[in-house]
Amino acid sequence: MQLTDKHREYWGRNLRITSILLAIWFFVTFVVGWFARELNAIEIIGPLGFYMGAQGSLIVYVLIIWFYARYMNNLDQEYGVHEGEDD
Amino acid sequence: MATAAQSNKAFFQQLKKYYTFYTGGFIAFVVLVGILEMMGVPNKILGYMFLFATILLYAGIGFMSKTAEVSEYYVAGRRVPALFNGMATGADWMSAASFIGMAGTLYLTGYDGLAFVMGWTGGYCLVALFLAPYLRKFGQFTIPDFLGARYGGNIPRLIGVFAAILCSFTYVIAQIYGVGIITSRFTGLEFGIGVFVGLAGILVCSFLGGMKAVTWTQVAQYIILIVAYMIPVVWLSVKHTGVPIPQISAYTSALPKITALEKEFNNKETPKGAAEESVRAIYREKAAAADAKLKALEAGGAAYLGEEKAKLEAKVAELKAAEPVDAKAVEAAEKAVKDFPADPAKAKEAWTKDKGIGAKAAPVKAHAEAFAASGKTPEEIEKNRAKAKKNFLALILCLMVGTAALPHILMRFYTTPSVKEARQSVFWSLFFIFLLYFTAPALAILAKYEVYNHLVGSSFAQLPAWVSNWAAVDKTLMAISDINKDGIVQLAEITIGGDLIVLATPEIAGLPYVISGLVAAGGLAAALSTADGLLLTIANALSHDVYYKMIDPNAPTVRRLAVSKGLLLVVAIIAAYVTSMKPGNILFLVGAAFSLAAAAFFPALVCGVFWKRANRLGAILGMVLGLGVTMYYMVQTYPFFGIKAPLWWDIDPISSGIFGIPLGFIGVIVGSLISPAPSKEVQDLVDHVRYPNLEGDIDTKGA
Repeated sequence: MQLTDKHREYWGRNLRITSILLAIWFFVTFVVGWFARELNAIEIIGPLGFYMGAQGSLIVYVLIIWFYARYMNNLDQEYGVHEGEDD
Repeated sequence: MATAAQSNKAFFQQLKKYYTFYTGGFIAFVVLVGILEMMGVPNKILGYMFLFATILLYAGIGFMSKTAEVSEYYVAGRRVPALFNGMATGADWMSAASFIGMAGTLYLTGYDGLAFVMGWTGGYCLVALFLAPYLRKFGQFTIPDFLGARYGGNIPRLIGVFAAILCSFTYVIAQIYGVGIITSRFTGLEFGIGVFVGLAGILVCSFLGGMKAVTWTQVAQYIILIVAYMIPVVWLSVKHTGVPIPQISAYTSALPKITALEKEFNNKETPKGAAEESVRAIYREKAAAADAKLKALEAGGAAYLGEEKAKLEAKVAELKAAEPVDAKAVEAAEKAVKDFPADPAKAKEAWTKDKGIGAKAAPVKAHAEAFAASGKTPEEIEKNRAKAKKNFLALILCLMVGTAALPHILMRFYTTPSVKEARQSVFWSLFFIFLLYFTAPALAILAKYEVYNHLVGSSFAQLPAWVSNWAAVDKTLMAISDINKDGIVQLAEITIGGDLIVLATPEIAGLPYVISGLVAAGGLAAALSTADGLLLTIANALSHDVYYKMIDPNAPTVRRLAVSKGLLLVVAIIAAYVTSMKPGNILFLVGAAFSLAAAAFFPALVCGVFWKRANRLGAILGMVLGLGVTMYYMVQTYPFFGIKAPLWWDIDPISSGIFGIPLGFIGVIVGSLISPAPSKEVQDLVDHVRYPNLEGDIDTKGA
């Protein structure tokens, strides 16, 4: 089994999107969590720090996974590494 | 291939039809029970109907899914569509702790309880990005399978088996405990019997059909649990705010009112604040009196105790001699003599407990306040606040990484038809979990609003029915007494146990008993589905990884399945036996399982996919080091084990994974670099899992 440059590029793009999404995940979890007291001073649908922990960050998590699945499934097609037939 | 895709599509349509019928049937059943209730059938019978009807239903699905095929038994034939795998994962994931405990934890702790909400959802990002698609491509049966194939040899596999059993067993005990509590509370059966009834329910699902049966019952259980969770909360939201979307109304309408009331309770100038203060003053007096007695005891020892007792006895004699004799006063004084602690040790215990009542005199904590801390000086407050923040973030990390390392969850992503569907199915999993998790904080707020706004200030002569009912059933869930004798309820006079919030919501919302039965059925579904997945993980690790892969690789299919089923039974009975001894605190057991899984599996699994250089020595070192440090810290610091060593950097024992995870990674890296790179075959395996489809690829599909 020999990997072509195209394969390496696929893996590179996978790593890039993984890192970007991971950075977003880190931000809405730990940065927002760290500054929860400060954010609570801002009022949007309740105190912002509390709202993020109870709902906002969760919505971002769902979106991260949704985007990753869509992006990668398209990437598979683009680089011809998808399974089975197209549908 | 085209035919396989077509048959998968047809299967998906069929499943949709079945589960639509099923949901309709279940709703009809609830309506029927509701009609029976109106006809005057007693609540206890209704409770039994829910309990047995749902367990029978799960047993029916389990029976219909019976199988003698290895791939169906271990991975449901790898044809579970993404959407349904999402529901099954949701039920697998959400345990009794999520269903019953979470809203209560949030009610009691406010912001700081959100560590569980964030930790138990955000972890799925790690599952999606680092593990699910790759494990699906690898496509065998268990998580130790991957460790065995990727790192070679039996040692990584064996450590994986040990860790899988350790964390799943810790977790399953918490689940069976939940099953016992729910069955005993709603049917009046004894806790021990409740455990075994629940266990029978768990076994009928998994015994005949393994993963296949567990998958389809979990989908059914998810539907029940989400319906049961949503109905009362939506109703409560309509009742309080007129808006049927609790996730919005709680923040826009209830939370500001709660914040205003909190300020009022803490301000002695307002009538409500003054009433609260009068109760708090009584608590402080009692605490101070207990403290004074403790100090005197320390100085005087047994002699002081004797003097005090003599004083009480003298009072009894005096009362008896008085004319006319006040019978009630004599009785009270005699009781005081009887209850007086017999020796200094007992006295110290009793009075220390009395002194603890002083905590109730503290001001109300603001619900939305993050990292609330108390202390005598501003510096001390700041220090405690930093400690709370550190532990909050550490707990989130442990729960998230643990989510992405618990074998019973990762195993579920072996069951989808393709890598593509595995990715989508992580999305559906989190989506279905999210539905409950973003409702729980809203429920906590709405329940708090009910207590602060309606219960506080009402008269003791006319308590709401749900309050008096629950106070009569279980004092640990609801205790209320008129401390300052003004006939009006003050917040400081109410003690609420966390589990009450979900259990009592239907009554708070003024719904009929049938909805309470539905909530109990939902809690049972949550606990049973998680216990199912965990027991199967343990039995599979033993039968597949130990028996088939290590002891007898030539074992025929029939014997492999027979061994697996036998082990399932044995493990279940051991788990029920351990549970009936009621060990430790549920939340700690759950947290411990996450920390253990996080430290043992996550570094070795992730490096196995993302770092080709990782090799056997690295994996062994990483897993042993991660697991070892986590267990060591837990045993050293968790009070249950009795050592109570000082904490490292103030980190609570529940988050001990915070030390194990980085050490696990260091172990993998160091161990790999000091020994030769893995063979060509292993590197090919890594490429194999990285690309969903590769020409001239190797094949790792299991039988």
